[in-house]
Amino acid sequence: MSTTDEPIIVAKNLRKVFRAPRGAKWDPIIAVDDVSFELYPDECLAIVGESGSGKTTVARMLVGLETVTDGSLTVRGESRAKGVKHLADRRRWAREVQYVFQDPYSSLNGRQRIVDIIAASVALHDTAKGTTPKAAAQGILDSVGLGERFWTKFPHQLSGGQRQRVAIARALAADPGVIVLDEAVAALDVSIQAQILNLLADIKAERKVSYLFISHDLAVVNQISDRMIVMEQGKVVDQGVTSEILANPVQPYTRALRAAVPRAGWKPVRRERLAV
Amino acid sequence: MTEPLLRLDNVKATLRRRRSEQVLLNGVSFEIGQGEALGLVGESGSGKSLTTRAVTRMLDPAFRVDGSITFDGASVLGMNASALRKYRQKDVGMIFQDPRAHVNPVHSVGDFLTEALVRDRGVDQREAERRAVALLDEVGVRNPEARLRQYPHELSGGLLQRVMIASVLLAEPRLILADEPTTALDVTAQSDVMAILDEQRKARGLSLLFITHDLELAAACCDRLAVMYAGEIVEQGAHVYDTPTHPYTVELLGARPDIDAKAERLPVLTYNREIHERLKAEAMA
Repeated sequence: MSTTDEPIIVAKNLRKVFRAPRGAKWDPIIAVDDVSFELYPDECLAIVGESGSGKTTVARMLVGLETVTDGSLTVRGESRAKGVKHLADRRRWAREVQYVFQDPYSSLNGRQRIVDIIAASVALHDTAKGTTPKAAAQGILDSVGLGERFWTKFPHQLSGGQRQRVAIARALAADPGVIVLDEAVAALDVSIQAQILNLLADIKAERKVSYLFISHDLAVVNQISDRMIVMEQGKVVDQGVTSEILANPVQPYTRALRAAVPRAGWKPVRRERLAV
Repeated sequence: MTEPLLRLDNVKATLRRRRSEQVLLNGVSFEIGQGEALGLVGESGSGKSLTTRAVTRMLDPAFRVDGSITFDGASVLGMNASALRKYRQKDVGMIFQDPRAHVNPVHSVGDFLTEALVRDRGVDQREAERRAVALLDEVGVRNPEARLRQYPHELSGGLLQRVMIASVLLAEPRLILADEPTTALDVTAQSDVMAILDEQRKARGLSLLFITHDLELAAACCDRLAVMYAGEIVEQGAHVYDTPTHPYTVELLGARPDIDAKAERLPVLTYNREIHERLKAEAMA
């Protein structure tokens, strides 16, 4: 990443308020409040926070799964705040920003073989480049470590780590500029988590793709991200270069999050005694 | 040393299928003394949850269990129905990963906490509620009287897990089985819940069998660790975290990202079934 590049994503004073539907009685929830950040080409930006901090809502607005209440959100200069009108726009948006969820099992079509899942995405986004969608899909699966013996399998025949590789392959099939990774390694065993983090590093080096990496695990964030923003109750409370923030956290909330990560010599602390 | 509270000796669990058998626990042995905490660590499928099920005799009837499991000198596998019921009600308390799956959603927190006391112990309702309120306060639940009238869906995951801990402590067990109790929680809630479990357990002198995939967390809360791979304990003792000797433990510890130092590349586990079987054969020879 270099700061002379134009940012791919610019969020300015982003706000999301969930209001009670007609007939329901609850106070509006301010999920995201005055959030601003930029994502540059070829960088990994982590959004860190506890559940309910609004980190996933930011990502969902980015891919159009939620509307924007207030503020501006642009991808390559084009606003995403107003929502899409046409299918062709929706497709172009999807092509620019792809989303990988925590649980690949619930986001893959269980009745399709994995090569067909990937080929469908290749065909939809027309990224085959002189070959057939199926051949392109096979190449992508190879590149995420799923060789020929996996191609005709169904999602339920794969392990959690293998399924997450399929989800990553499907994101790559759109040839996106940005991949949102929403707690994408949180549910995996330590040994599998290490493999997937290494794979993500390889993909980024090879394809110059940017990641928006959403996580509550600071050790993982330290391993993969270049910069990070810390969210608490919808607001950004800290941001900067990951290694600098984690080496010397200044903000009290960041300090508390860091202090809660188990490591050598660590002891659990009750929350009222944490400096939140 | 006096007799340990819980002792597993060469426990083997075999899943019987129509035409084949599969050994899923293969010679598991460990002891937990009075007031001691053992961390049982392993990855998915290593058999750690099966082990807790074997301890409470809750394995599916399709399993055949060999070896011996003794609790305070009594054979768990030999208990009759009433002894088993008493053992599960009074002696062991269980905390699970997903508290929401283990509470009745249509009963209030108060009903959930007092039901067993009133029904099984003959404590009167008002006294049971008084005890529940006192314990909720001890596990850091603010405004406990109001919580008794709330329903599980109104509580966050961390709060509900503290209610679960309170419910287990109310039964005054001697052994707590905690199966990934903080895996679904944020790091701060995890720290909170583990600190509460740790201090309450120590204050009451209870024993703990703590199941987790997180070696760091287990090391912080347990006196000894046992590492499981493929239904077997490959290494156990107080030394495991600081000076692991088994290659699987060494690799498992190395694969976790370090918050204090970014690795150029994370080491990937090379340990597999083949190496596992070879090492076992060599140890036998």
